[in-house]
Amino acid sequence: MELLGAIVTLAGSILLFLGALGILRMPDVYNRMQAGTKATTLGSILFLAGISIGHYECGCFGKIIIIILFVIFTNPISSNTLARAAHFAGVKLTERSVKDDLKDDDIENKGEEK
Amino acid sequence: MKKGFLFFISLLIVWILLAGIDQQEIIIGAIVSLLLTIIFFSKATIFSEFNLNPKAIFYFLIYIFVFSWELIKSNLDVAFRVIHPTIPINPGIVKVKTKLKSRLGRTILANSITLTPGTLTVETNGEDYYIHWIDVTSDDIEGATKQIVSKFEKYLEVIFG
Repeated sequence: MELLGAIVTLAGSILLFLGALGILRMPDVYNRMQAGTKATTLGSILFLAGISIGHYECGCFGKIIIIILFVIFTNPISSNTLARAAHFAGVKLTERSVKDDLKDDDIENKGEEK
Repeated sequence: MKKGFLFFISLLIVWILLAGIDQQEIIIGAIVSLLLTIIFFSKATIFSEFNLNPKAIFYFLIYIFVFSWELIKSNLDVAFRVIHPTIPINPGIVKVKTKLKSRLGRTILANSITLTPGTLTVETNGEDYYIHWIDVTSDDIEGATKQIVSKFEKYLEVIFG
């Protein structure tokens, strides 16, 4: 049981490490956000699950489930907000980008008129 | 009445998850949940947006599995792109449309899109979503909608109506 927990925790930390590496390697803020959101969500879930499996005698499954639900609900919201704020603050996409519908539709100016 | 019962059960489940299974704790939790249900149920608008028939519950269970699978796939996808020496990305912001009407349904759809492979919701405006896509494979709204939104929408449509 302890071994299984350790393996799951290790998988989670590898994902967190890859998320950090992605933040270093990706070319612009939006791609960094992609790496930072996805890898950290499953990374933290596996990390917490590994702890609850490894220390199953503490009976903390319920609390871990609640923490995992919080992570699932809040992680995407924070990254949505950061990406939106970055776009409206005028952070440019990388040159490798192919299109930008949000800029073309120009809804930030429409929002100000309301 | 049925939705009041759902409210009560979800409060009680959260309490049991926090406090553990113990007779005294469950009795106290049930009493407090019942009081909260009676006082606050008329103000809780979130439960009025669910459909509560067997089909919706069945689709909800399927949705959880689809979502978990997409979450795992998206992590492997990001990991692959990060490790790859040339970083194979082709990013862009695309616009997609949703058919969902319910506010809660739209929120959940936006969150699901963020957690699926290579997509990140940047902004929503009514029924339009602006999505940062790490690997743009289709240029028009219909194609992008089909690839990004439909796989979740067909379940959420049944759940939220």
